[in-house]
Amino acid sequence: METAVFLLFAFLAVASAGVVVAHKNPVYATMGLVLTLFSTAVLFVLLGAPFIATLQILVYAGAIVVLFLFVLMLLNITREETPQPGQPVQRWAAILAAAVFSGMAGMLLWRSYGQASQQPLTEQLVSLKGLAGDLFAEYLLPFEIVGLLLLVAVIAATVLARRPDTDELNATSQERKP
Amino acid sequence: MSADFLATLVKMALALGLLLNVVPVMVWVERRGSAFIQDRPGPNRLGPLGLFQALADAAKFVFKEDVTPTAADVPLYLAAPVLALLPALTTFSVVPFGPDLQVGSHLIHLVVADADAGVLLFLALASLGVYGVVMAGYASNNKFSLLGSIRASAQLISYELALTLSVVAVVIPVGSFRLADIVAYQRAHIWNFLPQFLGFMVFLVASFAETNRLPFDLPEAESELIAGFHTEYSAMRFATFFMAEYIAMTSLSALGVTLYFGGWSLPGVDLSGWTGAIVGLAVLVAKVAVCLGIYVWVRWSFPRFRYDQLMRLGWKVLLPIAIFNLILVAALTIAGKL
Repeated sequence: METAVFLLFAFLAVASAGVVVAHKNPVYATMGLVLTLFSTAVLFVLLGAPFIATLQILVYAGAIVVLFLFVLMLLNITREETPQPGQPVQRWAAILAAAVFSGMAGMLLWRSYGQASQQPLTEQLVSLKGLAGDLFAEYLLPFEIVGLLLLVAVIAATVLARRPDTDELNATSQERKP
Repeated sequence: MSADFLATLVKMALALGLLLNVVPVMVWVERRGSAFIQDRPGPNRLGPLGLFQALADAAKFVFKEDVTPTAADVPLYLAAPVLALLPALTTFSVVPFGPDLQVGSHLIHLVVADADAGVLLFLALASLGVYGVVMAGYASNNKFSLLGSIRASAQLISYELALTLSVVAVVIPVGSFRLADIVAYQRAHIWNFLPQFLGFMVFLVASFAETNRLPFDLPEAESELIAGFHTEYSAMRFATFFMAEYIAMTSLSALGVTLYFGGWSLPGVDLSGWTGAIVGLAVLVAKVAVCLGIYVWVRWSFPRFRYDQLMRLGWKVLLPIAIFNLILVAALTIAGKL
C-alpha cells in the first residue's frame, strides 16, 4: 500500500516537474509546479513529516504559486511562449551550473556518509514540537537573520514599486517638455 | 480489512454524505431566505414550502446542454470545476464531530483525519481552492472571466493572511494544532469567542472573503463582470462551482464553530458513548446551520464592496487587528491570564 502510494506520487512529482520545464504554455507549467509541490508534500507525509508537508502546501502551493499565476495573468501571456533565440553562452552556463550543483550535492553526501547527520529523521525531530525547539532555541540566531533578510526584501520591493510623489512626477514631466 | 480501516471508510462516507446534502438544502434556504428578506414569496410551488424546487433545479442542471467555448483551453476548462470542488470536500476531514467512541476493543476518534497539525492542514487544503477559480477564468478565454480570476487570486491571498493569523491566536492558549484538543480546551474553559472576540470578528469577515460571498464576491460581480470567472460555464459544470461555494462555506463554518463555539460540545453537558456521538453530531450540524443562515442573511443585506475598498479593508484594517490580537493573546497567555 505504502509502496504503491510512494510510486504513484514519486512518478507524479517527476512527471509534473518535467511539465514545468518543458511545457510551452506558462500557465500549464505553473499548474505543473503546483502538482510537483503537492506530490512532494505527499512524499513528506510518507516519510513521517506531516507538518512539513502541510507547510509546503500552505506556503508554496497555496500562496506563492498563486502569486506566480497572478503575475502571469496580468502580463497578458500568449498561449505558446516561444523561447527567445538563445545565446550560445547560455548553454555552457547551464552545463556549468548543473556540474557545480551536482558536485556540491555529491560532496555533501560523500562527507556525511556514515555520520550522524545522515541518520534518518525521527518522528520526534520532524514533529511540530521538535521543529519548534530546533528553530526557536538551537538555531534562533540564523532564524532571526533569515527573518530580517525577508523584511529587507519586503522594504526593497515596496520602495521599488512605490508610486512617485506628485512633486517628483511634475519634475519629471517638466524635464521631458522641451 | 482491518476494523480501523472500516471505521475510516464509514466516517468518510458520513462526512461526504452530509456535505453533498448541504448543497440542495442551502439552495432552497438561499432562495427562500432572499425572498423573505426582500418581502416576496420566493419559489413556493413545488412540494411543501417549495422544498422540492432544489430537486427540480438539480435535474435541470443535469439535462441542460454543456457548452464548451470554441476558443477555450479545453483541458483546463474541463478540469477547473473539479479543482474548485475537491479542496472544499477534503477540508472537512480534520473537523471532529463527536467524542471518542469505544466500539468493542477499538477506540474510534470521531474525525476523518486526526491530524497533528489539523488546523494548518485545513487552511492548506482550503488555500488550494483558488486554483479552480483562477483556471476557470484563464481557460474560458473571456475578458470578464480573466478579470474575475485575477481579482480572486489577489483577494484570496490578502484575506488568507488575516484568517490564518486569527486562527493562530486561538492555537496559542490551547497549545495544540489538533482540532480535538481545541474542543477539549473549550470544554474545560469557556467558548473561545469570548476571550478571542477580536480574532473571531477578523475570522468572520475574512471567511466571507475566502468563500467569495457578498459583500466580497468581487470575482463574480454581476454588475461589472457578467458572472466573473464562471461566465462561460453552463449546466452541471456551472452547478459544480455552486456546490464548491456552498461546501466551502459549510467546511469553513465547521472550522469556525470548532475554533470559537466549542465544536460538537455543549457547555455543562457531558457527551460520551453512542448517545454522545449522535448528540454531538447534531450539535455540530445545528451550529453550522446557524452560521450558514448568517451567510445568507449577510449576503442579502449588504451591498458589494468596491475593489479598492476590499483591498484597503484586508490590508489596512483586518491584518493590523489580527496582528494586534495575536500579540495580545500571546502576552495574556504568557501572563497566565488565558
